[in-house]
Amino acid sequence: MNLTLHIWRQPRPQARGEFRTYVVEDVNPDMSFLEMLDQLNEKLINDGEEPVAFDSDCREGICGTCGVMINGIPHGPQKGTATCQLHMRKFSDGDVITIEPFRAAGFPIVKDLVVNRTAFDDIIAAGGYISVDTGGAPDANLIPIPKETADLAMDAAACIGCGACVAACPNGAAQLFTAAKIAHLNLLPQGVAERSDRAEAMVETMENYFGSCTNYAECEAACPKEISIDFIALMNRDYLKAKLRNRRGG
Amino acid sequence: MAEKKKTTSPVRKARAKATSAREQAEVAEQRSNPSSPALDSRIPGGDLATLWTQYKDDLRLVAPNNKRKFKIIVIGTGLAGGSAAATLGELGYDVEVFTFHDSPRRAHSIAAQGGINAAKNYKGDGDSIHRLFYDTIKGGDYRSREANVYRLAEVSVNIIDQAAAQGVPFAREYGGLLDNRSFGGVQVSRTFYARGQTGQQLLLGAYQALMRQVHLGTVKLHTRAEMLDVVLVDGHARGVVVRDLLTGEVSSHSAHAVVLATGGYSNVFYLSTNAVACNVTAAWRAYKKGAFFANACYTQIHPTAIPQSEEFQSKLTLMSESLRNDGRIWVPEDPADKRAPDEIPEGDRDYYLERMYPAFGNLVPRDVASRAAKRMVDSGQGVGPLENGVYLDFRHAVDRLGADVIEDRYGNLFDMYERITGENPYKVPMRIYPAPHYTMGGTWVDYNLMTTIPGLYCIGEANFSDHGANRLGASALMQGLADGYFVLPYTIGDYLADHLGSKPPATEHPAFRHAERGVRDQVSMLLNIRGTRSVDWFHRELGKIVWDNCGMSRSQASLEKALSEIPALREEYYKDVRILGTGDTLNQSLEKAGRVADFFELAELMCQDALHREESCGGHFREEHQTEEGEAMRDDEGFAYVAAWEFQGEGEPATLHREQLTFDNVELKTRSYK
Repeated sequence: MNLTLHIWRQPRPQARGEFRTYVVEDVNPDMSFLEMLDQLNEKLINDGEEPVAFDSDCREGICGTCGVMINGIPHGPQKGTATCQLHMRKFSDGDVITIEPFRAAGFPIVKDLVVNRTAFDDIIAAGGYISVDTGGAPDANLIPIPKETADLAMDAAACIGCGACVAACPNGAAQLFTAAKIAHLNLLPQGVAERSDRAEAMVETMENYFGSCTNYAECEAACPKEISIDFIALMNRDYLKAKLRNRRGG
Repeated sequence: MAEKKKTTSPVRKARAKATSAREQAEVAEQRSNPSSPALDSRIPGGDLATLWTQYKDDLRLVAPNNKRKFKIIVIGTGLAGGSAAATLGELGYDVEVFTFHDSPRRAHSIAAQGGINAAKNYKGDGDSIHRLFYDTIKGGDYRSREANVYRLAEVSVNIIDQAAAQGVPFAREYGGLLDNRSFGGVQVSRTFYARGQTGQQLLLGAYQALMRQVHLGTVKLHTRAEMLDVVLVDGHARGVVVRDLLTGEVSSHSAHAVVLATGGYSNVFYLSTNAVACNVTAAWRAYKKGAFFANACYTQIHPTAIPQSEEFQSKLTLMSESLRNDGRIWVPEDPADKRAPDEIPEGDRDYYLERMYPAFGNLVPRDVASRAAKRMVDSGQGVGPLENGVYLDFRHAVDRLGADVIEDRYGNLFDMYERITGENPYKVPMRIYPAPHYTMGGTWVDYNLMTTIPGLYCIGEANFSDHGANRLGASALMQGLADGYFVLPYTIGDYLADHLGSKPPATEHPAFRHAERGVRDQVSMLLNIRGTRSVDWFHRELGKIVWDNCGMSRSQASLEKALSEIPALREEYYKDVRILGTGDTLNQSLEKAGRVADFFELAELMCQDALHREESCGGHFREEHQTEEGEAMRDDEGFAYVAAWEFQGEGEPATLHREQLTFDNVELKTRSYK
């Protein structure tokens, strides 16, 4: 199949970017979207133009490194699918595709389609863990966790930290990411001791970088792991309780 | 070249026949040759069951108030590096950790699907530390160290406790206790899992522990920073040179000790199950500074990847081996049978693993399953559009357990398969074929996980130590976390205790300046070639050579062919590679170019190592050494050793050092899964 691509090119973080148009021919429908970009890059290199920079690593939909806007949708049109797992059979011969980086104030552009998502690491550092030192843990079966609870925690923990939720949000907010991380830990008995402090610290760190949630639910629709916005409700509850508790002086 | 044997072994049973006097002499020399004096494995004597505990008691300690005076650099943030950096930070050391990713959470450990072994015996099915130890030794085809493997089995139980305490959402029974499943090659249920995302969850556990230390200020994190050289001062590792991938800035960092946790090198094959950025560079630069590289040819070929579908594919995707618990593997009996799988009646199907290995059936170890699949495809019975796969069929499991149970167990894998192939595995059997997956070879380390360079440690997949010639399923995650959480943090103290009061050298030291210059020179050299072909083109060509000649099976002829083709291609690389752009912004072609340059050199060492090992073992199959039935034929008398290679300079063949393996607690048996 033959495609026309409008791709965002921006050589440096401070440089002015622009869309450039490329034609790729003989794209195999079994290729992934990123392999199609690889093919374009081979052509660009042959033509003497610098290849398009984009992030990817595992190409199995789990590391969360990849992610671009495809026709305005983070990770493209296929529901529950990261860019690396999107295959060209989902497109048609002659399609025109616009490819640009995830856009959000919290994700500065590094180059072309690559953005900086270190704000997510700062949110985790603020409290996205259980404070347990290595080696002193009791037998794992001493803390039974009902299967339903473990499954729900796993639903939240499946977040790959790609940032599609932020890119999809009209406000550039990071509620779904932060809520998934908070819910994963706060749902488990191991996480209960730090529940309030965790919610407070992570939410406030999030707010330093990102916009506000106004319940558009675009994040849920764009999430390659289909993480539910119900977790945002859980986060808001935990955050509110934490604030109330702290107001009373704990 | 003395170590490289030039034999002309006829195919099959070469060893039984009389060969040249020179070869006989060499074999005799090998058999009488004890471990090389250059290799001190520091394996303590004593009873295996109490060895590690006693050894820990004897290791020297660093007092809490002194720990912060020691600076440790960790390279890599996967299961091994992330857990090590977090633990060293907890202990109070001054830690700096580097990753070339944008976040430590991206490391390829995240992609491991199936599970992690632990000898918990929660199922009461007779599991024990000894059994896990035994299965691992046997699974590795008796080419790993008893003491290391026993320690691994021993600390496996702590790993589960640690991960559960961190909030890793392992699968649970309805009563709230941890669930287990069984994995290829074993007869007990000892594998803990978190859906099909066990690696992800364990890595996030380690990553979160690491970010906690970053927050507390004990660990300094550098992202998008690639280590390009290790720096030695007075023969000890005293720091690294890294390149900032965003700005191109080359900088030096000094420390009392350096830990490499940089994963495996399967991407030498270009097509592998590894993430596309996985590489050998850190380990290779350490090799060139004097760290021996062991068992380079030991590649694990994983039996259950999705077959290649087109020429420009960038990687192969693994389907978890746990699928073999419920899926049945078959091919049409008749090579000419091109019917759709659901039109092929039972009588016309060959469930070849169940037929050939009735005791283990579809759960035979990976190398056995891989070679059997290759034989089926080679004999023309392959299925799929390119006839390059075998069926993994869930129809019987769906009938027996219901689609809900299957979805619960493997839902995300099935979804992934459907996304990649466009086929629904609940209805149509999956197609699978082996793919390079994990490398058991790597930097040689002693029992303390220290390389032959004092002060330089190597942990996780990047070292060679625990898996022998083949890795048992669900043990990669186990080793990464064992090394990082429970082994290195003890053993490194023993080294550091000698260096109390010493300061790491200033980064103005000539050794750092020299290494920085080398890194800058390589960058500008690569940018100045201005040839005609992309880095990927060369990588694909190299990959084909290595896969065809040093892949699932090798022979003297194929290896010698590769050893003549690789240098020729490498020469072309340095004349004709085209890297556009500059070195002072993100330049992904430039990053790859340095890694591919190292893959060229590694590929040669792999072939050299495979050529000298005149036996078949584990994932390493030499066609000259097979039984009448086509199974691997080991030579325990001649080759029960670790082959550790020492760099001798550019263009010079590496020197072989042998570490003789001794087995006092297991009997070396021919593996039989019949």
